[in-house]
Amino acid sequence: MHALEKILASHAEKDVVTTGEIIKAKVDLAEVNDLYLQTIYSFYEMGGKKVWDKNKICFVFDHYAPAPTIKTAQIHKEMREFVQKNNLTHHFDINTGVCHQVMHEAGLVYPGMILVATDSHTTTHGAFGAFGTGVGATDMATIMISGELWFRVPEIVEIEINGKLRPGVMAKDVILYILGKLGADACVYKAIEFCGTYIEDLDVAERMVICNMAVEMGAKTAYMVPNQKILDYIKTRTNKEFEIYDTDEDFVFAENFVFDINNLTPQIAVPHSVDNVVSIDQLPEVRIDQAFIGACTGGRLEDIQAAAEILRGQKINPRTRLVIIPASNEVLLNAIKFGFIEDLIKAGATLSTPGCGPCLGAHQGVIAEGENCVTASNRNFPGRMGSTGGSIYLASPATTAASALMGKLTDPRTFLKGENI
Amino acid sequence: MRKIKGNAFIFGHNIDTDQIIPGRYLELVNPKEIAAHCMEGADPTFADRVNAGDIIVAGKNFGCGSSREHAPIALVNVGVGAVIADSFARIFYRNAVNLGLPLLICKGIMEKVNEGDVLEINLKEGKVSNISTGKSFNGEQLSDYALEILSSGGIKPLFKKITAEM
Repeated sequence: MHALEKILASHAEKDVVTTGEIIKAKVDLAEVNDLYLQTIYSFYEMGGKKVWDKNKICFVFDHYAPAPTIKTAQIHKEMREFVQKNNLTHHFDINTGVCHQVMHEAGLVYPGMILVATDSHTTTHGAFGAFGTGVGATDMATIMISGELWFRVPEIVEIEINGKLRPGVMAKDVILYILGKLGADACVYKAIEFCGTYIEDLDVAERMVICNMAVEMGAKTAYMVPNQKILDYIKTRTNKEFEIYDTDEDFVFAENFVFDINNLTPQIAVPHSVDNVVSIDQLPEVRIDQAFIGACTGGRLEDIQAAAEILRGQKINPRTRLVIIPASNEVLLNAIKFGFIEDLIKAGATLSTPGCGPCLGAHQGVIAEGENCVTASNRNFPGRMGSTGGSIYLASPATTAASALMGKLTDPRTFLKGENI
Repeated sequence: MRKIKGNAFIFGHNIDTDQIIPGRYLELVNPKEIAAHCMEGADPTFADRVNAGDIIVAGKNFGCGSSREHAPIALVNVGVGAVIADSFARIFYRNAVNLGLPLLICKGIMEKVNEGDVLEINLKEGKVSNISTGKSFNGEQLSDYALEILSSGGIKPLFKKITAEM
């Protein structure tokens, strides 16, 4: 069996699970975000009274933090009342950050767990060796009542990534490149294990970027064997004991793909599909009205640092806005401590408080009709970040910063100081 | 299970949940208000034109993107009778079945149906009949569990039985 199958089997109290089998598995952590008041409505509609375990359900207010409208303020209010009524241990209110950042910062994510959240980007937690997957409101309500969920044991696809990135190229470029090659429906209903020499030594934040965007290929979950960097990180956050499951040597993947990234260039997903990917040098000039660095894909300290290194001592193009939203308060505090926030504000950036920001078009910098936005976030669907008449270009934080500086899509390698390209 | 029969509305590949219900409407909680914006990101006239029981026909990966349950809530409450597509995104599939919205995987369906054709679906057998052209097609049969949820009218009635025994 694969490590993911062993995770499912252990949570279903079975010795063996097989591909295609429908099982009921116990959930270790269930997270609800503030788009999902419906979860509470469904909970009561189905006869729910008390949640199954007040320590295993976590509410995070990130998509509407802080509330931009009266309706969203009402959503927060009703959700807070539910949290209080059920005496939930883990509640991250508007003063914390994006769920896929604050949960692992708080030590709630560890290898071998099943983490289910009302958010498609829950695949992110594969970076920690967890089985993370997204569901909708009513599925979540069934977990809040019973503590378990039905799963179809997925086919597992192996994506091997070998090599070392050149300066100015980031994990985001890697996953965009793979998306472009495989397509947005390459792994629908399937799980992905990322491996290869690039993955083996990868830092925590970069591992999360790759797993985060696995869902853009349709994946149910993503997985990476926990490396020493991940284990060291978890040790600083929790004392919880966990098991790392090994994949059996005779396990056969449903499909295998191999990528070499040694000569990879910065990549861009052009409107209006995540798999519409080209190398930046193949694009004509594209004017940029807004640049966004933030969200669960591109709002970590490393992302903000990449932007600060390009923009330090510079001024962004006067016709371009640069919106920076750190993924969490911890990220924000560190970015202040290291001077990145000062660099960015002096360069002309707009700083907003931690949360999902304009990634899903809710607030804090939505775009108008006819505007072009380059973003370190994850989706460029029509209307995703505001007007359906806007155009969204997905890129790395470095490319996003370089583009804000020049007011047009720009290769960040132009600004490398003393490095060999 | 009730008969599913209606006129076809054809959409393309990779119809994402931002097109089914744009993010700016996620603050809405009333199903009828949500339904008024159904498919607005792909066709702003859809919610006005669709009649109860009409059927959406689409290509690959219908419902990709966000996990928002607003997407099937919008489709159910605007009156869509079923969605037939080459394939569905996983979370959308689960959400739709949970809410009692019938889905059928039928490869190549877009080439077999014209906008406005009258379609009839036999969900149990996984069959689509195009009444307008007189032709029938086989889709993939749903799993027994999905059929059980759909024939109960969604997962809520099923789960009510469980909570009643708790």
